[in-house]
Amino acid sequence: MTSPLEQKKIRITGPSVVTANRTWDGAVVYRTAQQGWSTALSDAAIVSTSDDARALLAESAADDVGAVGAYIAPVELNGGLVKPGNLREHIRSKGLTIDLLPA
Amino acid sequence: MYAYDELDRTLINERVSEFRDQVKRRLSGELTEDEFKMLRLQNGVYLQLHAYMFRVAIPYGTLSSKQLRRLAYIARRYDRGYGHFTTRQNIQFNWIKLAELPDALAELAEVGIHAMQTSGNNMRNVTSDQWAGVAPGEVEDPRIWSEILRQHTTLHPEFSFLPRKFKIAITASEHDRAAIKIHDIGLRLHKNADGETGFEVLVGGGLGRTPFIAKTIKPFVAGRDILSYVEAILRVYNQYGRRDNIYKARIKILVHELGIEKFAREVDEEWRQMGHSALTLDHSVIEEVRSRFSYPAYEKLPHMPDELKQAAHDPLFERWRKNSVAPHKVQGYSIVTLSLKPVGGPPGDATADQMDAIADLADKYSFGEIRVGHEQNLALPHVAKRDLPQLWKALDRLGLATPNVNLVTDIIACPGLDYCSLANARSIPIAQELTRRFANHDTADMIGRLHINISGCINACGHHHVGHIGILGVEKNGEEFYQITIGGRADENAQMGALIGPAVPYAEVADVIEDIVEAYLALRDRPEELFVDTVKRLGVEPFKERVYATR
Repeated sequence: MTSPLEQKKIRITGPSVVTANRTWDGAVVYRTAQQGWSTALSDAAIVSTSDDARALLAESAADDVGAVGAYIAPVELNGGLVKPGNLREHIRSKGLTIDLLPA
Repeated sequence: MYAYDELDRTLINERVSEFRDQVKRRLSGELTEDEFKMLRLQNGVYLQLHAYMFRVAIPYGTLSSKQLRRLAYIARRYDRGYGHFTTRQNIQFNWIKLAELPDALAELAEVGIHAMQTSGNNMRNVTSDQWAGVAPGEVEDPRIWSEILRQHTTLHPEFSFLPRKFKIAITASEHDRAAIKIHDIGLRLHKNADGETGFEVLVGGGLGRTPFIAKTIKPFVAGRDILSYVEAILRVYNQYGRRDNIYKARIKILVHELGIEKFAREVDEEWRQMGHSALTLDHSVIEEVRSRFSYPAYEKLPHMPDELKQAAHDPLFERWRKNSVAPHKVQGYSIVTLSLKPVGGPPGDATADQMDAIADLADKYSFGEIRVGHEQNLALPHVAKRDLPQLWKALDRLGLATPNVNLVTDIIACPGLDYCSLANARSIPIAQELTRRFANHDTADMIGRLHINISGCINACGHHHVGHIGILGVEKNGEEFYQITIGGRADENAQMGALIGPAVPYAEVADVIEDIVEAYLALRDRPEELFVDTVKRLGVEPFKERVYATR
């Protein structure tokens, strides 16, 4: 869980979401505006200010049974679509970038 | 093979029951993640990018066919049908569900497999030469000592909360296949001038953020004293190791800061106070452990059977035999390495179907035994030479006969950013692209022995520092870049590679490696001069010039 001290330091520079891994199976999940978790990035609550990000993270981290390791992740908004904001989040959202079988 | 006794079986089963209760309490909310994290790590469970990752120990790299079939079953039943063999004789499953982990552990326990010592700040899986017990010229089977250390350290309270993780590797051959010089403690079995068997003890090796080659702390410790001497080292580490800074917590930092002479004096004083008593190994204890290792009833076979003479006419078979088949200590037998590095495949991965098939081949051709090496390949350690042609055909059908062992496409790679929460950059696609670039086996043969190691971050799970060519993924302004080192090696002459220049972007890595290899081919003074020897002779400058002249 992000410590209160660390949460105070959080600054965001663009649209962001809170993401974590679901506790029972580890699946990638996103915090929704309904205070739940969804495996779809499109369901995620989008925050645009640091205060809102801190509040969403604090609320998410309090749900320790539902999901583990909540943190703020950048996203890109494009014509109503939400896309991961960096490669790490792209991989978490879309899956492996590799072929599992020899090609 | 080592046969577990009732005590081992009880311990493993009790551990499963304990973890089942811990998982139940975690899922109910009785335990927070902060409380649970250390407990799951002590059972090999990490949280990675997409899911929990489950790391299972393969002590000293020895597996029975029954155990490998169970690993295949776990991959199929609880994961996505494959597993990843690591650089420390473990296997990892990447997609396992926490709620199902206790069942998976229980099914592994039925065949004597567990996940203890695969994570946490304790003694990790004690590794050894994957050819232990079968390599010609070996002093004796080093796994006996790995097993003694495993038994002594498993759940030992003094070693369960060390300043940081602690890794030991043991070899008994002149040529080090266990990479002992990059371990916290490296043990080299040898005989002293009186013919007594004991260990050269090395300490303070390791890679990661601050890499060091281990230093010899004692040239000879008799076998009966090895437990007490290792414990003395651990006690000094436990007392003085840095717990305030995770980046300075490994024993290598302590050895470096104190200096090997002062560290050795501290260990000797601790050892003297211990009095060599309780931990001095009785001959009977050593022999009891030795007796629990079983060895095949080898037949008396000819050195060159007719089957092998006939098959030698097939150039494809001969290429594979020369590359993947090694001499055995018993006449008429061979050690066969199974490459888990097919062109375009993720290094070290095996599907459940492949694992099942390898188990069947082990039963048919290798007395039911399989070995796992730190280079992320498998081996069948007892194959009769007369069976090599048939085995080759079977392996080829399974995609396990790529004749690239120790060649440029036999790449060691960590899971990288495709899986790992610590990674800054991807490793596997770099490896896959390189295997495609060097897919021509004639070219790979012509290049000769060349080890490429790739890590997706500074933690160095891909051992990039000691690759003949090392590739380290870093992140720059949100983009993947890679630092290239050359001249490293992990064997008895271990040394760190030297950086050749600024990091290059993802898209250019394969081109850069091709440039380095082409430079080597132009610079080597004869075809037999290995890449790493050319670098030693000429230094990095000619390679640097070639790579950066046009970039």
